Amino acid sequence: MQTLTPERLTELKLKANDVRQGIIRSLLAAGSGHSAGPLDMSDVFTALYGYLLRHDPAHPDWPDRDRLLLSCGHIAPVRYSAMANFGYFPVSELLTLRKFGSRLQGHPERVSLPSVETTSGPLGEGLGQGVGMALGAKMDGQDFHVWVVTSDAEHQCGLHWEAVLTGAKFKLDNLTAIVDRNFIQIDGSTEDVMPLEPFADKYRAFNWEVFECDGNDLAEFIATAERAKLCKGKPQVIIANTVPGKGVSFMEGDYTWHGKPPNAEQADEALRELSAEREKILAHG
Amino acid sequence: MGSSPTRALDRAAEAMHLVDYRAAELKQVPTRNGFGEGLIEAGSRNRDVLGICADLSESTRFEGFRKAHPQQYIEIGVSEQMLVALAGGLASVGKIPWIASYAMFNPGRSWEQVRTIMALNQTNVKIAGAHAGVSVGPDGATHQAIEDIAIMRVIPHMIVVVPCDAVQTKKATLAISEAWGPTYLRFGREKSAVITTDETPFEIGRAQTFREGSDVAIVACGILVYNALVAADRLARSGIECRVVNNHTVKPMDEVAILDAARTCGAVVTVEEHQRQAGMGSRVAEILAENEPTPIEFVGVEDRFGQSGDPAELIEHYGMGAGAIEEAVRRVLRRKKA
Repeated sequence: MQTLTPERLTELKLKANDVRQGIIRSLLAAGSGHSAGPLDMSDVFTALYGYLLRHDPAHPDWPDRDRLLLSCGHIAPVRYSAMANFGYFPVSELLTLRKFGSRLQGHPERVSLPSVETTSGPLGEGLGQGVGMALGAKMDGQDFHVWVVTSDAEHQCGLHWEAVLTGAKFKLDNLTAIVDRNFIQIDGSTEDVMPLEPFADKYRAFNWEVFECDGNDLAEFIATAERAKLCKGKPQVIIANTVPGKGVSFMEGDYTWHGKPPNAEQADEALRELSAEREKILAHG
Repeated sequence: MGSSPTRALDRAAEAMHLVDYRAAELKQVPTRNGFGEGLIEAGSRNRDVLGICADLSESTRFEGFRKAHPQQYIEIGVSEQMLVALAGGLASVGKIPWIASYAMFNPGRSWEQVRTIMALNQTNVKIAGAHAGVSVGPDGATHQAIEDIAIMRVIPHMIVVVPCDAVQTKKATLAISEAWGPTYLRFGREKSAVITTDETPFEIGRAQTFREGSDVAIVACGILVYNALVAADRLARSGIECRVVNNHTVKPMDEVAILDAARTCGAVVTVEEHQRQAGMGSRVAEILAENEPTPIEFVGVEDRFGQSGDPAELIEHYGMGAGAIEEAVRRVLRRKKA
């Protein structure tokens, strides 16, 4: 078992900051894309690639690797930035986001970039595929873990709940869903658009083990994920409470940043804030 | 060979090892039975072959597979979109999953998942679309898929196979299990004439000439291949010789065979238990329009839904009986260039 030392935590915080800066730069270069979700999931993706996942960027097709699926494909910039910052491809490639011929498609495509594990974007489809991978692992006695990142709003999709039922039926304790609970979607607050609360109770009623934590607190998220993985006989869900746009003050908590990128001036301001935050981490851990 | 009212079966039929389809008593077996038998064998040959079912194990003929290979069988209840998602995940870790429901629900209900998870994502998932066509019978229009070829053939990378009888469906099931690629296998519920034998060859993507003739080419798929042969036989009595092509692979279609039939005959009739629009016949028309403009008539359902009834009377009512094929041949002959 690894130990999350204060030094390691500081390293991860710096990585999460790098990931956020990569998101802003790639979105600015792309001129379209989603801002709020990628920023608020930067800590979760940093924790996954930097601490929780069994993976090897030099061997992305390693059969025993943990599978990380991004169900809500529209927050791809965070996955791409995390992958680049953890060695899957050069950080400079982030500037090709959404451009013709790029491996970094607007929504992730496995055929062009196999390490994203699956093609995603149409919502509600990732967990079902994760259930399939986890079930396949059980059938063959493989011990990799399957992680599926989902948005809260995609819990409005029927297929997602078909997957929740199926994961419970097969007692897939090698499967952990992570929900980006930021309470926003394109048309407003999730609770106005189509209420999801009581959210945790729904999963409990479906026979999943439920964990909740601050999804923007690296140490808390890592501790929660490690506890979740120990669970036997049930799939687990981590409801990661996040602040949309986390790390950029003028985006935080504002649903209008769900589906748009910063302009040049806004990107400058965002990068200034993130650089200042970086200095703070270096000074105080 | 059985009794022959006019003459022996022609060389094409002999080369294809067909049974004498003019015999009074042909063996009648549902194409779905061929799927069930083929799947059991595929599961024995390769333990990675899985069967995933959405609460229709008996009627999709998964039952035998479930008994023969319980470790390879997965039941997930009434959730057809999940069939595709689950199978996509299993295929991603090396399995060869077959997912079965009625064609109306899978791919009917699950089309976007099929497009994204199977085709765009290029996973080795196989769809068994059962109860296709109006020959489903009494269940009525809600359960009669007559648009499924259209919605599947339009998807890039998708392989679409519509075998002509139970024996060929078994062969297709085995061939599809062993070939890589997202695939749709379409078959029906009702008993239908068995016209091929164990010796009849089968290769995905290669159309088969079941009858020689140079006046009109009848290009058919599925259980209506038999009706096409019956129509051709009747037409021969009035001196009209039809080539009958069993065009079992709608995608990738055997363009060489289609063009050869069109060039030899100069007129084409397509026959399918499907909407006339956008199905197998439409693909034939696309090939001909681009390469060899040829008069063509389409036999199929004319932009309508089905209804309850006996399979045979529905096939007649919706204009897909042997008589309707004969009429289409006579129509296209009138348009044929001298």
